[in-house]
Amino acid sequence: MIETDILIIGAGPVGLFTVFEAGLLKLRCHLIDSLPQVGGQCSEIYPKKPIYDIPAYPSILAGDLSDKLMEQIAPFKPGFTLGETAVEIEETDDNQFIVTTNLGTKHKAHNIAIAGGLGVFTPRKPPIPSLKFFEKKGVDYIIKDPEAYRDKKVVISGGGDSALDWAIFLADGVAKEVTLVHRSKSFRGHLDSVQRIMDMASDGKVKLMTDSEVIDVDGKEKLEHIIIKTKGEENTTVSIDSWLPLFGLTPKLGPIAKWGLEIEKNAIKVNTFDYSTNRDGIYAIGDVNTYPGKLKLILCGFHEATLMVQSAFKRVYPDKNNVLKYTTVNGVNGF
Amino acid sequence: MDNIITVTIIDREGVEHQLEAPTDMNMNVMELCKSYDLPVKGTCGGMAMCASCQVYIENDKVTLDRNDDEQLMLDEAWHVEDNSRLGCQIQLTNEIDGLIARLAPEVEDEDDW
Ligand SMILES: Cc1cc2nc3c(=O)[nH]c(=O)nc-3n(C[C@H](O)[C@H](O)[C@H](O)COP(=O)(O)OP(=O)(O)OC[C@H]3O[C@@H](n4cnc5c(N)ncnc54)[C@H](O)[C@@H]3O)c2cc1C
Ligand code: FES
Repeated sequence: MIETDILIIGAGPVGLFTVFEAGLLKLRCHLIDSLPQVGGQCSEIYPKKPIYDIPAYPSILAGDLSDKLMEQIAPFKPGFTLGETAVEIEETDDNQFIVTTNLGTKHKAHNIAIAGGLGVFTPRKPPIPSLKFFEKKGVDYIIKDPEAYRDKKVVISGGGDSALDWAIFLADGVAKEVTLVHRSKSFRGHLDSVQRIMDMASDGKVKLMTDSEVIDVDGKEKLEHIIIKTKGEENTTVSIDSWLPLFGLTPKLGPIAKWGLEIEKNAIKVNTFDYSTNRDGIYAIGDVNTYPGKLKLILCGFHEATLMVQSAFKRVYPDKNNVLKYTTVNGVNGF
Repeated sequence: MDNIITVTIIDREGVEHQLEAPTDMNMNVMELCKSYDLPVKGTCGGMAMCASCQVYIENDKVTLDRNDDEQLMLDEAWHVEDNSRLGCQIQLTNEIDGLIARLAPEVEDEDDW
């Protein structure tokens, strides 16, 4: 079991900065995030966009901000459980918590800091009622192991980079047959990828169906056919092994809603003294919390993290007093 | 009043909300909805990258012509109709005074965790 002082759920900018402020108080941190990378919204939604309201950075790319935070917290050697979602919180007899992920990884901690932002990034799914039945039985929204599609008949939907990149990858000697279905003729992905797909389509390596949409799925035990609607034509039924609707990710509050915390407007209510929730030892910081006057900004989250760790310190060391020290005077003494 | 127009938003329950909208605050229809706590997520902050602000335009106060980014996003959205637009791509200006827009359904599904 992974043990730590503060278990941070969510490795967005606020979760990352918590490691630094906790480290100054000699508290160790471990972070869990459902994404395979750190940075939260900054890395998933807008890594190449500049942010202009980080104090002392007139402009910084969101992706660079995540990188800088990782550099800043490195001395405190945080642990990471990435690509896993925190689903369950239990309390232990010694006044600690055990947090379990969807893959069963267990973490024990004195404090929990929920820095879950807008929630878990989950795939955007087409609104086809019977789709759920075929999930992992021929329908996948995220490709974990491309080998699973070796020699298979695969249909990919979507017009962004993930749809284009996977179509290119799987058509290059992995899958038996790749069809890319998209509702229009223009794609949102990078120009190079779009060009590549067009070239592969004219070489017959990818079958391109534009102005088309998958409108239904069918099969007995697993996915067997999909129904494709093409503008101005009769619907066609296509036999396939796998359908990959790749429409990007969107955040959803997810398991956080089930942890007995007071929720208001899809966010966790906190006391602004220390950003504590209604459960002792569980704090909520960054976009995931709400209080009168709340602003969902990175700099506000940084402030919240800084105040929160003072209270967390008291739970780990009830008998110790702590005094504010300037980093200028003391430097950064890592673990 | 100067720099104030009226925009009517019909929510997903069919309730009409007449909103007073400022035209001098560099705001768009997605932001207007959020400022009145209507259930519009605006996840991407208005970059035409999430479609959570999709609306159906119910009168002729605003063009149905979409900009390029908006069109590309709507090509990957659901419940899209001929009168669909992204709220974040409609600026609040004096020209759209009297606009009536209906919120598109939210695509919500139950996930098992
Ligand atoms: C397009 C855009 C532009 C923006 N521009 C600015 C700006 O200019 N200035 C500014 O200050 N802010 C800006 N923001 C807002 C800023 O990105 C957020 O305030 C910030 O990302 C919040 O950080 P966070 O760490 O609280 O949460 P997030 O960045 O949302 O990270 C939360 C993380 O928690 C994870 N998570 C949630 N639940 C679980 C769970 N149960 N288990 C495991 N992991 C979980 C998620 O996967 C996610 O990675 C912008 C946002 C967007 C979308
Ligand atoms: S707010 Fe994301 S598309 Fe309009």
